[in-house]
Amino acid sequence: MKIAKRILLVVAIFAIGIYCGKLFFGRGSDIPAPVPTYFSQSAQPGDSVGIGAGTVTGKIIDVKNGSSIQEAVGKASPGDLIRIYPGVYHETVYIDKDNISLQGVIVNGEWPTLDGEKKQNDAILYSGNGVLVENLKITNYKGNGIMGQAGNNYVIRNNWIVDTGVYGIFPQFGKNGVVERNILSGIEDAAIYIGMCDNVDVRFNEVYGNVAGIEIENSRHALVEYNYAHDNTGGILAFLTPGLPIKTCYDVIIRNNYVYNNNTKNFGAVGSTVSHIPKGTGMLIMAADDITIENNIVTGNDNAGITITDYGYAGVDHASDPESEPNSDRITLLDNFMSNNGADPVADVKAIMMTKLSKLGPDIIAVGGGQGSCVVNPGRYRTFGLDAYANCQARDTRSVKTYLLDKPVAPRVTATIEKGKMTYYGVCSGCHAYSTRLVGPPVNTIQALYKNNAQGIVDFIANPVHKRDDYPEMPPQNYLTEETRKAVAEYMLSLTK
Amino acid sequence: MRALFFLAVIGAAAAVAVALRSTPAANSITLCNTCPPGFELTDNNLCKLRSLYQLYESGQGNEPGVGGLKTALPNVRDGFTPQQIDLGRYLFFDPVLSNDGTVSCATCHQPDKGFSDGLKTSVGLHNTTLKRAAPSLWNVAFYKKFFWDARATSLEEQMTGPLYSPDEMGTTREQLLKTLNAIESYRDLFQQAFPSRTSGAIALDEIYTAITAFESSLISLNSRYDQYAHGYHEALRKEEIEGLNIFRSFVARCAECHTPPLFTNQQVAVIGLASPEGAAFDAGAQETFHDASLRGAFKVPSLRNIDRTAPYTHAGRFNSLREMIAFYSAGRGHEVPPTEKLHIHWHIWEPKLTDYEMDRLVDFVKTLTDESFMPRAPESLPSGIAIDKNKNQKTLSSLSPNTP
Repeated sequence: MKIAKRILLVVAIFAIGIYCGKLFFGRGSDIPAPVPTYFSQSAQPGDSVGIGAGTVTGKIIDVKNGSSIQEAVGKASPGDLIRIYPGVYHETVYIDKDNISLQGVIVNGEWPTLDGEKKQNDAILYSGNGVLVENLKITNYKGNGIMGQAGNNYVIRNNWIVDTGVYGIFPQFGKNGVVERNILSGIEDAAIYIGMCDNVDVRFNEVYGNVAGIEIENSRHALVEYNYAHDNTGGILAFLTPGLPIKTCYDVIIRNNYVYNNNTKNFGAVGSTVSHIPKGTGMLIMAADDITIENNIVTGNDNAGITITDYGYAGVDHASDPESEPNSDRITLLDNFMSNNGADPVADVKAIMMTKLSKLGPDIIAVGGGQGSCVVNPGRYRTFGLDAYANCQARDTRSVKTYLLDKPVAPRVTATIEKGKMTYYGVCSGCHAYSTRLVGPPVNTIQALYKNNAQGIVDFIANPVHKRDDYPEMPPQNYLTEETRKAVAEYMLSLTK
Repeated sequence: MRALFFLAVIGAAAAVAVALRSTPAANSITLCNTCPPGFELTDNNLCKLRSLYQLYESGQGNEPGVGGLKTALPNVRDGFTPQQIDLGRYLFFDPVLSNDGTVSCATCHQPDKGFSDGLKTSVGLHNTTLKRAAPSLWNVAFYKKFFWDARATSLEEQMTGPLYSPDEMGTTREQLLKTLNAIESYRDLFQQAFPSRTSGAIALDEIYTAITAFESSLISLNSRYDQYAHGYHEALRKEEIEGLNIFRSFVARCAECHTPPLFTNQQVAVIGLASPEGAAFDAGAQETFHDASLRGAFKVPSLRNIDRTAPYTHAGRFNSLREMIAFYSAGRGHEVPPTEKLHIHWHIWEPKLTDYEMDRLVDFVKTLTDESFMPRAPESLPSGIAIDKNKNQKTLSSLSPNTP
């Protein structure tokens, strides 16, 4: 009861925060600004230390209205902070470097805005580790607001994203990241889409007016907490989608969220998975395992509060995948506050209602296969299909504070000797063998010429000149960094076969 | 300047092709004792792959092979001896492996055509037109499934398909063993490649191992795209970077299935292609997995050296990259015959790419060309079959570079 009170209090504060956000930032628009940072219970200075992103060690590059953010990224080196001032920027920004921070500067309530004018695909693409994106308004793109591919240690926070196409915030294949205090609306698939990631916290976001609010897909170790998901088609989802290279989705905690009135008509693209979600879906667990749902307030979702299913639900028509296990197993339903769900369910659910002689749809419905699941105090809810659910041993998830790692994922390239070796075999060996002639001279000949003179090789290969009539001119290897050229030169000089 | 540089790289590749292994006369062949480019020779006489992408394994962040730029490679099939690889090269190019001595592996997997054959669908024994196109062999060392319909799980298993199919190479296990064991030169070469064997006779496993060893040495990871990925952003022109961004955007979604670094996620997918005119609908992976939801599913092909392997798709439906890309932009299921109910992949939608965007995508995928580790066809074959009997090998040697 105490917990429920606390939750209500949090929700009340949240609502006030939203209201104030509207009041202070939203003039001329009905879209609220991000929740102020003081709202976050964890907003301590340095709270992203375990991630590494946002640790500025280099220079600050200012981008003012009328200039290009991408140009600044081009000039930036790892550790730099790019500060974007109010103005409207029509561009796609891509970050293929490590440790770059993009920070919007909000002046008198005026936001720096990336506007794709419905012509551009994505606002921000990143592949580097340690990327931070904050305080930006992003709107009118066709693909994504912010999309990462294999970038680890990411921080995406305080962004205000309105109709950016398919996804709003989409870290893909990333390990160790946080998505917090963003507000997203008008997205035709998932507003926040955690795809094939590990170790992610999604917290204090507001998602509304999207097809899917928050989707955890084929990801592991995800904590979804203190989010406000309302007026979407579906509020919070955890999926294992077949046919992807990552074949599991497990260890997801969904707690302390407010999942309210997700009754918006589905406007997903034909063929997309979410286009099959019935409106009125509070939470949907599909084929994912080891999901804990705790302390959420789930009310007013007209189809069902929480739906737990395999692929055989809601007309999802994916080709099957022999390597993807289709059932939702080991679902743990702890204390949740649920009311007023199931007022207008879809036909499939109505059919089940008939057999139950129920006039209302369910707070919780489980269909399809699955094993090892449990529920605490199911008598509090209207439930369908939970007969096989045991009484849970676990009572809370208090021991889990975060799924972020204690320290950042290590940089991708470390050992210099390995770099020399990998470069020699990966690049040079196409033309140079140790003692036989391929295209260029044998390595033992080079060794005789450059004994104790690795720097000579470093300089020559960056800008080769034609030295010998009996060999073709070497193409420049200036695409290798000086450090890499040094490593490979030293490695070549050390070869014995 | 860029063009000159590129020419230099092509020239270098061609020169490698010739200089890589010198081949003495057929009856006194000594197998190569060094590894092909890209491989380090270990103290145990094994060739181990070395690539800049292996540096990214140290980060332990992401699963290998699923996307991003600085991303690790999936597990590789390596660790063969130089001699096994070299023996595999002879076998690969030797038509003696077929029923009537007219078809070699290289007939359909021609080095200068990206190890494909330039045909809509391949042509086998007695000019039999086959059902599907020959897939490229670049980077097969990383693959877990083979054939368009993913029905084989190893290269060894894969090659038994064409070898023993009556329409392709048309031999039998008995005939293959009999033929090779009757050739003194091959008996000698197999002894070199498998020195610890107990029997003097050539065994099927040894044939499969040697061809697998050679095929696994075909590595292409040094394109201009790779230079970009490793951090040299000047490697790509502005238009090509625009193409990369379209490629990985969620509008075009190319990178969702053609995931770097191999540019395939190695899954099967239903993209909803119609059959070529007059052909029955190809069920693809439905037959492999006995699963109707996989009707019309095919393996996602790599885009490495894609500029060399037109025409495209499992049935050679499109002659150019531009046409192939236009298919993806033309709408989900627009080619599906009315009689078919297909479970089309969710990434197939209607991105409505502009002509400009499609042109940039072509620009980008052409940066995935790298043939710097091109192996060289043998000058003569242990079987004594004239090398010029195979038009494909002739094509390759006409690449002849600037050596005397």
